[in-house]
Amino acid sequence: MNAAGWTANPRNKWIGIACIAIALIALPFVLAMAGTAWVRITNFAILFVLLSLGLNIVVGFAGLLDLGYIAFYAVGAYVYALLASPHFGLHLPWWMILPIGAFVACIFGILLGSPTLKLRGDYLAIVTLGFGEIVRIFMNNLSDPINVTNGPKGISTIDSIKLAGLDFGGSTRIGDFVLSGTIKYYFFLLAILLIVIVINFRLQNSRIGRAWEAIREDEMAARAMGINTTRMKLLAFAMGASFGGIAGGMFSAIQGFISPESFVLNESVMVLAMVVLGGMGNIWGVVLGAVLLSFVPELLRYTVEPAQHALFGKQIIEAEVLRMLLFGLAMVLMMLYRPAGLLPSAVRKRELAKEEA
Amino acid sequence: MSLLKLEQVHVGYGGIKAVKGIDLEVNAGELVTLIGANGAGKTTTLKAIVGLLKPSEGRVMYDGNNIVGQPSHAIAAKGLVLVPEGRGVFPSLTIEENLQMGAYIRNDRDGIAADIEHKFSLFPRLKERAKQTAGTLSGGEQQMLAISRALMAKPKLLLLDEPSMGLAPIMVQKIFEVVRDVSKSGVTILLIEQNARLALQISQRGYVMDGGLITLAGESADLLSNPKVREAYLGEG
Repeated sequence: MNAAGWTANPRNKWIGIACIAIALIALPFVLAMAGTAWVRITNFAILFVLLSLGLNIVVGFAGLLDLGYIAFYAVGAYVYALLASPHFGLHLPWWMILPIGAFVACIFGILLGSPTLKLRGDYLAIVTLGFGEIVRIFMNNLSDPINVTNGPKGISTIDSIKLAGLDFGGSTRIGDFVLSGTIKYYFFLLAILLIVIVINFRLQNSRIGRAWEAIREDEMAARAMGINTTRMKLLAFAMGASFGGIAGGMFSAIQGFISPESFVLNESVMVLAMVVLGGMGNIWGVVLGAVLLSFVPELLRYTVEPAQHALFGKQIIEAEVLRMLLFGLAMVLMMLYRPAGLLPSAVRKRELAKEEA
Repeated sequence: MSLLKLEQVHVGYGGIKAVKGIDLEVNAGELVTLIGANGAGKTTTLKAIVGLLKPSEGRVMYDGNNIVGQPSHAIAAKGLVLVPEGRGVFPSLTIEENLQMGAYIRNDRDGIAADIEHKFSLFPRLKERAKQTAGTLSGGEQQMLAISRALMAKPKLLLLDEPSMGLAPIMVQKIFEVVRDVSKSGVTILLIEQNARLALQISQRGYVMDGGLITLAGESADLLSNPKVREAYLGEG
């Protein structure tokens, strides 16, 4: 872990942290100069970082391949939407809904975890994939006979977050200074992200983290060491799901509108790609993977088409097409040159080295 | 007093009965061996003891309590620790991390650190390679690590499943010396082996298993000179 290098000199460490903190605080204001859209893109990038960190617990720490992770994001989003919109006429405050969303997602995590305890690898992937689809299809169809989710039409006019007299849905004027809703959400998300990262590090270095590591390596040996593998695997599913649920709640609040379309299989695959690209099991790696895969497509969108117009006078390749092309290319290159991810975890690196040997 | 007592234990996989009603006893401080050919039901018996398989009939009495039906991690926490067949070390963890994992059920940080040092003094080879991954060790070294790791849990009863399997003859000798030393240090051991001669040489009592049943039992020295054992398991005729 590179943290060891930091702690070698505590003074440098604090200077480093201060620089990062200043950069993160200044970031939205700088981005806002280029357009509010970039702040919004950053907010979505943070949501994806949250999702990736949650999935990393299941896939990276415990070694359980989950292809339906987006279902927990959906559950969190729908819990928020149903409890804070005119749909049921409920308008609970966010600090009640986010924990409820995390809890309900956690229950869904256990619901998925308990029947799949004996499955591993490909078989687990198939079942989780099915689970993700089932949740989405339920959201799509739970509008009849009792209208719970409003079906494919989705739920709109979801309440924004209100904190300390600030409505995150709109701009606030402080003297001459205008703080947009997007920037307020940025700081809110950043705070949640910090908490989640700290929890992740604590988990990784705890008895629980070591138990997950043992299960990933050899489940039977882990049991022989006295590790309650059933409970530990369920815990991984539950913890991962809760983080997904919180991210989902934030998504609802920021968007103000959700529909089942936002929770398709493709999103699960995307989050998994972020985890794998960054480095399964390495917290900073996962953060990097999520940030890269969130920003690069947007950068392409804003540069490729204007560049083509400037060069050829017309558009030859759509940004979306190019995005998928580059995505594929990046994946192939990764598998060839950095199979354990951009920032691999120490143990994963050893696992791959062993296979080559 | 018997630490472990199997009473008419039957174990099956689906419809097939692998163990057909066996009685077996291990007293505190003893080194007992269970020998038999491939497929005799030895490993199945062991799995049933530690809760990885559930006996269909019979009782497994450990320290005076019937532990049938208890989950294997709970059984391990009671001090009944298995060294699985094929070594079962965590290949991508370092040797040190493997040993720490062995102490998972313990909470005494200082005691664990001291115990790791103690294991290193027993096996200097492991100390030399403390920061290397377990997968880089030779088969014999992995077996030593597996036994050391199990000892980290401070077992009352150590169950060894064919520790000599797949090892070079010189390494087999070494592993048996290790097992004997561990036994002398006061740990009760149930050793499962195909290498009948060595197993009987280091143990006090032995059981011979065949076709899911115990066919012979007694003092190891007697079994070694028993003509039936000599013919069937020691390759003499």
